[in-house]
Amino acid sequence: MYLYDGLAPSDLIFPPYDELETRRGFGDALFELGKQNTRVVALAADLAESIRMDKFMKHFPDRFFQCGIAEANMIGVAAGLATAGFLPFAGSFANFITGRVFDQIRQSICYSRKNVKLAGSHAGLTLGEDGASHQILEDIALMRSLPYMVVINPCDYWQTYQATLAAARHEGPVYLRFGRPKWPVFLPRSMPFQLGKALILKEGKDVTLIATGHMVWMAMQAEAILRQEGIDVEFINIHTIKPLDEETIRRSAQKTGAVVTCEEHQIWGGLGEAVAACLAQSTPVPIEIVGVQGRFGQSGKPIELLKEYGLDVPDIVRAVHRVLQRKQQQ
Amino acid sequence: MEAVLEEKSTDQAAQRIHQLEQIATQVRRDVLWMTYLARSGHPGGSLSAADFLVALYFDVMDIHPPHFQMDSIGEDAFILSNGHICPAWYSVLARRGYFPLEELATFRRIHSRLQGHPATLEGLPGVRIATGSLGQGLSVAVGLALGKRLRKDPHIVYCMVGDGELQEGQIWEAIAFAGHYQIDNLIVAVDWNNQQIDGQVEHVMSLGDLPARWRALRWTVIEVAEGNQMAQVLQALYQARTLAFQGKPIVLLLRTHMGYPIDFMLDNHRWHGVPPNREQLRAALAQLPETLGDFPIPETIRQEVLSQ
Repeated sequence: MYLYDGLAPSDLIFPPYDELETRRGFGDALFELGKQNTRVVALAADLAESIRMDKFMKHFPDRFFQCGIAEANMIGVAAGLATAGFLPFAGSFANFITGRVFDQIRQSICYSRKNVKLAGSHAGLTLGEDGASHQILEDIALMRSLPYMVVINPCDYWQTYQATLAAARHEGPVYLRFGRPKWPVFLPRSMPFQLGKALILKEGKDVTLIATGHMVWMAMQAEAILRQEGIDVEFINIHTIKPLDEETIRRSAQKTGAVVTCEEHQIWGGLGEAVAACLAQSTPVPIEIVGVQGRFGQSGKPIELLKEYGLDVPDIVRAVHRVLQRKQQQ
Repeated sequence: MEAVLEEKSTDQAAQRIHQLEQIATQVRRDVLWMTYLARSGHPGGSLSAADFLVALYFDVMDIHPPHFQMDSIGEDAFILSNGHICPAWYSVLARRGYFPLEELATFRRIHSRLQGHPATLEGLPGVRIATGSLGQGLSVAVGLALGKRLRKDPHIVYCMVGDGELQEGQIWEAIAFAGHYQIDNLIVAVDWNNQQIDGQVEHVMSLGDLPARWRALRWTVIEVAEGNQMAQVLQALYQARTLAFQGKPIVLLLRTHMGYPIDFMLDNHRWHGVPPNREQLRAALAQLPETLGDFPIPETIRQEVLSQ
């Protein structure tokens, strides 16, 4: 487990207690859904095991459809199954279930208002060694732009598990974004998950730190360092990027007067821009966006890549220092 | 179904075909009026596909209009993949009783349920999926047919695709999927008029040996030499029905004519997406008798067009 130099698990507001893949959280929840509801069906495009649909496949072979390496058709078949009254989960790597099939999602799912859930695994830099072809950093922007689409980027195993169940309860298209590597499990299993609702992980008064997905783990380490420096951080996890819990974000920004966002995504069109747009219209405060600055990824280990692209713990700490300086200058 | 046809006397069968032809003629008038009133739209393919759509909705499909149910469980369903020919489909849906005939005059107008390409958002009865961006509807039809199979609903999903649309890669993904999973409650018709926006399909991007390509992916292929002859279309559809539920999806390759039967539109790709002007509309309507009565058209406009 990656723990930034000098930090101990006990320094963290939610000490990690396990290490599991977020994709496994999806797969386990999908299996659970399969048991609960015979209308749940799953579709994969040759990556069924990679995205952890294996349990569902094994137990519900009649409701699992291997589509082969043909994502566009998979989206349409899912829309057709939804039309017939089923609850389809179509999954692949995040790149192939969003960017590759944007028009299919736009017309056959969102414009047609079909109750299809899209599961994108291996999102972001933490995919690691496969490199930029597979490390999509633009998917949140794409999916956020579509009317009716809900976008969720859970942060650990249990949140992904809960997000998957919540996606099934929601009537309408949902994009679930999760990742490949084993990642610290730190949120208590009892932590409530409400679609569209921000989780305030720690209240504070100096600065609001907002993170999504794998970056919640990095931001939580930054919070510990900042706390040691005497900075009182309000730490918020946004798992549902769309619809955004604007109320909670606004209230926090009003209180702290400074905001930093963290995401494993381009700085264009992701969480940071969503938060900035929300606050610019009501509560203009200094904002720093921690994300990938208009570059493609590359091969490497997940943590090496987060360092290389400015998404490491010290990068977040520095962003908080910058935003506090700007706050003071105001 | 074929048995029913056989039981009918030749006279009765001929009479039925004549009735369907009359409907198709009226649908063609509707297409011309609609695209004229909208000053836009796609008359060419609408005219080539009219006979198939009429045969399907007025004779072949087991449907229960005006009642429309999105999931189509307990009845047959139709998906129009080449959404741009919706003028013909809208006319057929209205004349079959899914929505009021008057609504045809709102085609492509603001706040209309009759969007330029079929859509579900406005809740137009009969439409189950938005199409228009080509290549997607067939996949949805495949999914719907698969859904019927899973729900043990012994009904058929029909789908129409354009021939130019077969240039889309997704179509071949869907064809492979349907063959692989033996989706045998699926009957697809190709409106093979050999015209697309930029020219003849064979010139723009050759389709190769089309029957062989479908067969290679495990489909039953029925070729129809004259897809604008009602008797041939009807016979092919009945044949397809008897072949359904036998382990293979079925495709009808309908050799049709863009703009049929208007002499100055016939087999001309320029009529893909251009509406007739007043003189062209007058000339075209003169070639199509008003069999069932036109949908309500403002009298001033009607006079303007029809009076020389």
